[in-house]
Amino acid sequence: MATMSLSKALNSGLRQAMERDPKVVLMGEDIGKLGGVFRVTEGLQRDFGDRRVIDTPLAESGVIGTAVGLAVRGYRPVCEIQFDGFIYPAFDQIVSQVARLRYRNEGRVSVPLTIRVPFGGGVGAVEHHSESPEAYFTHTAGLRVVTPSNAADGYRMIQQSIASDDPVVFFEPKRRYWEKGEVDDDGALSDIPLHRAAVLATGSDVTIAAYGPMVATALQAARIGHTEGISIEVVDLRSLSPVDFETIEASVNKTGRLVVAHEASVFGGLGAEIAARVSERCFFHLEAPVRRVGGFATPYPPSRAEHHFLPDADRILHEVDRSLQPS
Amino acid sequence: MTTAQVRVPGDRIPEWMDFDGLVQLISVDGQRTVGCPYWELVGDVGAAQLRDLYRDMVVVRRIDVEAMALQRQGELALWAPLLGQEAAQVGSARALRPDDFVFPSYREHGVAYCRGVDPVAMLRLWRGAGLSGWDPAEYGIATPAIVVGSQALHATGYALGITLDGATSAALTYFGDGATSEGDIAEAFGFAASYVAPVVFFCQNNQWAISEPVRVQSHASIAQRGQGYGIPGIQVDGNDVLAVLAATRLALARASAGQGPTLIEAVTYRMGPHTTSDDPTRYRSHADEEEWRVKDPLARLSALLRAEGLADDGFDQRVATAADEVAADLRQGCLAMPDPEPAELFAHVYADPHPLLREEQVAYADYLAGFDEDS
Repeated sequence: MATMSLSKALNSGLRQAMERDPKVVLMGEDIGKLGGVFRVTEGLQRDFGDRRVIDTPLAESGVIGTAVGLAVRGYRPVCEIQFDGFIYPAFDQIVSQVARLRYRNEGRVSVPLTIRVPFGGGVGAVEHHSESPEAYFTHTAGLRVVTPSNAADGYRMIQQSIASDDPVVFFEPKRRYWEKGEVDDDGALSDIPLHRAAVLATGSDVTIAAYGPMVATALQAARIGHTEGISIEVVDLRSLSPVDFETIEASVNKTGRLVVAHEASVFGGLGAEIAARVSERCFFHLEAPVRRVGGFATPYPPSRAEHHFLPDADRILHEVDRSLQPS
Repeated sequence: MTTAQVRVPGDRIPEWMDFDGLVQLISVDGQRTVGCPYWELVGDVGAAQLRDLYRDMVVVRRIDVEAMALQRQGELALWAPLLGQEAAQVGSARALRPDDFVFPSYREHGVAYCRGVDPVAMLRLWRGAGLSGWDPAEYGIATPAIVVGSQALHATGYALGITLDGATSAALTYFGDGATSEGDIAEAFGFAASYVAPVVFFCQNNQWAISEPVRVQSHASIAQRGQGYGIPGIQVDGNDVLAVLAATRLALARASAGQGPTLIEAVTYRMGPHTTSDDPTRYRSHADEEEWRVKDPLARLSALLRAEGLADDGFDQRVATAADEVAADLRQGCLAMPDPEPAELFAHVYADPHPLLREEQVAYADYLAGFDEDS
């Protein structure tokens, strides 16, 4: 076991994956000497060389499109998109090509691509650096979409994503990069399935389902709730496609109440899918309507107003209260 | 200085375009070069105009220094310094005519200054107090584009509009060496060539795209990149304000004469970090920085002015004082800038009323009001 930040845990996981499989190559902007703008690839070009850690020209569609070609040739590319807001030039390659090559080729072609994307707000950034675009990708069949909320999961899940023969969009919660946790860095691949959700706090009154950067906020809400006599269970989704409904349903069947929290705009977001599914599956266990808390139906605001946009523990607890006392 | 209305006769343009090599009018040590045909394009630039160009560059650098300091003091979220690129920006911006329109990237503070934008307004985006700072139509310059390369297509479309209107102005777009790899730039070249659009593609090749040297983007010069599209390219010394002025005037004249797009590569150097979040010591050498320090665009023009008796200590002092005044106003304006009110988040998403947005705005106002009732 070792204590490390999420950024360092991802770095260690990438290193493990590269040592395990010589076909793993890293591609992206500034990932070489600089080690990526968040230092996730720090030292990897030094240790594995510039043929396996490739600084690409500045073109996101180019990064993903050439990674597809490498995958067809038998490589296992791990692409870094520098910021969430820069993924859109690659959207066509991801949606029209990466997601469908297996289907189009009736299983004869694999695209074992991992697309790493720092995402979410809360870091005081300028426009296009705080987006939560995950629902665009969860809506696209053929992609797996995951996000670790902590260092231990970062280390495990990046290796599992790279080992997967399916393309994985791997969202990294950028405002949690420097938060430290205990990591079991023995190098073995995790036996917890990549798509399995995790119950990080147990409770009996309300379930909060969250993922990525919002998990820490949900856990904070649970702690505050505890002092107010509210017992809150927190489910970290970990995988956004597929979603582990089994774990969510088991929790909701116990608590009877669900609040889904994410940074992305509520309308058309992942919370809508989870609320619909839970309404279908847990209807007779529900004590209150499923509630959602997230960003507004606006573009991401300027950083000095982002605290209004991003749900904090208070806003989550506000929805918990409304779930406990439906009017 | 006044923006000279140089209208190069269309049939004489090839003489300049055929000039082969780096366009330089002032040498690194501040001497006028001999024999370059581009001199004819700046024949109207006399003592007063040279001093004006120098003053612009000093003020712009001073704005940059002050903004860096404001960021370090926590007053700005981020700043992308232009240090070293003053000549490329001032020289090109001063070639523009009032009815031309600029589509900048995010480092063109010097261009915005020359277009008349209040420097305080430039800081709004970088402070995180807003996503923009000025009305593009009022100053003839769009809001900075943060997604690199996207603006080149916008400039091309704007230029098409100029043609459709039967006007003779032009659009000019700034982008960096990194952006030249983006698909949007390639598409802009293709569309501009196809439409014979009156657009100038102005690339500031500052040698570095964050940590990537320009050779990661291309093994040929950027000026050559337009040739396959039939777009002529000019490679100009980007630290030579006169050469940049001349090259940009030529490109604008071509555009206005109906001869279509021109690609200008201004060879310059980003003397500072990519942004205040960057640490260049991780990827480039001190020697690399020193090599360019001697090519400083301000020192070069200062040397020329001194050698020709156009500047003395008194002049330098007056320029420095004027720059300090701009910086003081900038600081004061920055500190006085208000944070956005919650209602501002919901403004300007749509032109027409939107029921969901209205519902969310009311709910959030009620939520905030709940805290007032609690206290």
